[in-house]
Amino acid sequence: MSSTPDTLDGKHFEVVIIGAGMAGLAAGIRVALAGKNVVVLERHNAPGGLNSFYSIEGRKYDVGLHAMTNYVPKGTKGTPLAKLLRQLRIPYDALDLCPQFGSRIAFPGCELKFSNEFALLEAEVAQTFPSQIEGFCALAEEVRALDAFNLGAIPTSARAAVQRHISDPLLEDMIFCPVMYYGSAEEHDMDYGQFAIMFRSLFFEGFARPFDGVRVIIRLLQKKFRELGGIRKMKCGVHSIHNKGGRATQLSLDNGAVITADKIISTAGAVETARLCSDQADDASADNIGQLSFTETITVLDKEPTDFGWDDTIIFFNTRERFYYGRCADDLVDPTSGVICFPNNYDYGDERKMDEGFLRITAMANHDKWCALEEDDYLAQKEHWYNELQKVALSILPMSKSNIEAHRLAKDMFTPRTVRKFTGHLNGAIYGAPNKIKDGRTHLDNLYLAGTDQGFLGIVGAMLSGISMANLHVLQEG
Amino acid sequence: MTEDQVKQIVIDIINEIAPDEDTSDLKDDVSLRDQMDLDSMDFLDIVMELRKQHGIEVPEEDYPQLASLESCGVYLTPKFNA
Repeated sequence: MSSTPDTLDGKHFEVVIIGAGMAGLAAGIRVALAGKNVVVLERHNAPGGLNSFYSIEGRKYDVGLHAMTNYVPKGTKGTPLAKLLRQLRIPYDALDLCPQFGSRIAFPGCELKFSNEFALLEAEVAQTFPSQIEGFCALAEEVRALDAFNLGAIPTSARAAVQRHISDPLLEDMIFCPVMYYGSAEEHDMDYGQFAIMFRSLFFEGFARPFDGVRVIIRLLQKKFRELGGIRKMKCGVHSIHNKGGRATQLSLDNGAVITADKIISTAGAVETARLCSDQADDASADNIGQLSFTETITVLDKEPTDFGWDDTIIFFNTRERFYYGRCADDLVDPTSGVICFPNNYDYGDERKMDEGFLRITAMANHDKWCALEEDDYLAQKEHWYNELQKVALSILPMSKSNIEAHRLAKDMFTPRTVRKFTGHLNGAIYGAPNKIKDGRTHLDNLYLAGTDQGFLGIVGAMLSGISMANLHVLQEG
Repeated sequence: MTEDQVKQIVIDIINEIAPDEDTSDLKDDVSLRDQMDLDSMDFLDIVMELRKQHGIEVPEEDYPQLASLESCGVYLTPKFNA
């Protein structure tokens, strides 16, 4: 662990994993469990990728994760979370999952509450959309039965599938808003299999969060990987992958070292990985680059959100007549839809309470416009859009008796520029490429994809992606 | 090695794979899949640990032999004693 990156020069590994995010670390654990000699290479200095964390002035912030989806109570069998824990051999209690208070979908003049009990959403739909409830239940049953993890499934339109059951476009949009915001790389529509994975993870299962946030999960993964003898190298990017006869033969690292591997699992993204390969053009696969990037503001308050009258855990909002999930073309930020999240509003038990209140607001943003800004202008635009997003959020949240400005201790904001830096995704595309590669295969025999672009969505999905690709391509093939 | 010792080895492996499961009253003759909700990925792990810890190879066509603790004992004991 203490060796410097250049000591990797000339080394051979049975498996090299590119990226120390959720998928890469999970894949690393599986490969290490099989007793293989494995290294995880991460270009950034922080692990976690899209779901990471940092500190400013002693204050801890999370990036990415609002909630761990797929929450089920301890002992629930046969769910993605149970499978994940078993495959990684992590005890349930180690995740410290604390369930949400409750969330809602807020559209103009209409809202639907939901919680970790699906019955609440059903009742809300029955009350607000009486003519649609039968269709909604039929949709739920279909989603429940769908074999969404079938790696050979042909993508089909989720919009078309939902419209077979739901005729009211408002309800359709309200269902799609959270599902898309929590994982769709595609604009306007998504693959029905992916829709089903997200629908289950949000509505049948639910939201939870460890008291100390995403770092709990990342540290667990790192610790497990290290205990199994896995090697992890930070600030150690892969510059290129060389190949011969349809197989990857060696990797050149950013620091000039050259290593060899029997197999490579890349979580860098489908297009990003292709472009690492020396037989591919620098602009390869240009038609599969993601277009959706986000910005997020974080406001630190000197009291709990509930003290302001804000009891929701997460609010998925839209202020337009029709919900628009697509690239933000005209401006730096599209404030007309997004996600508001209060990390305080989870049931942490009586003994634990966060010292400060956190308000996070996420919305679509334009990568190219943010990256084109000069530093001064970048900071000014951050200030401007921070204020715009606060305004939108305050218009959606219950009216507060207190002035938020007077209670603000600190604020921060990340933009598509930050996302790109953390994830390496082209365009700062949060959810990667629109076309997913479910079996993880690439144009090279021994190079595989896992993570965002393999297509299991959400944080649990990311880890399951790493697990299933390691199982399929390394463990099962011996 | 006796069949009981071999069964205990399998239980120890299950404890490692599924840290949240209570294996103290596993029934001998009921399928592990049903008692523990083990899926094919979990059987892969049992086979992997048998190979890693004990050098025992279980070819894929023999996985059904691992269905219950009892059948594990019957199938694996000769391999341990070979």
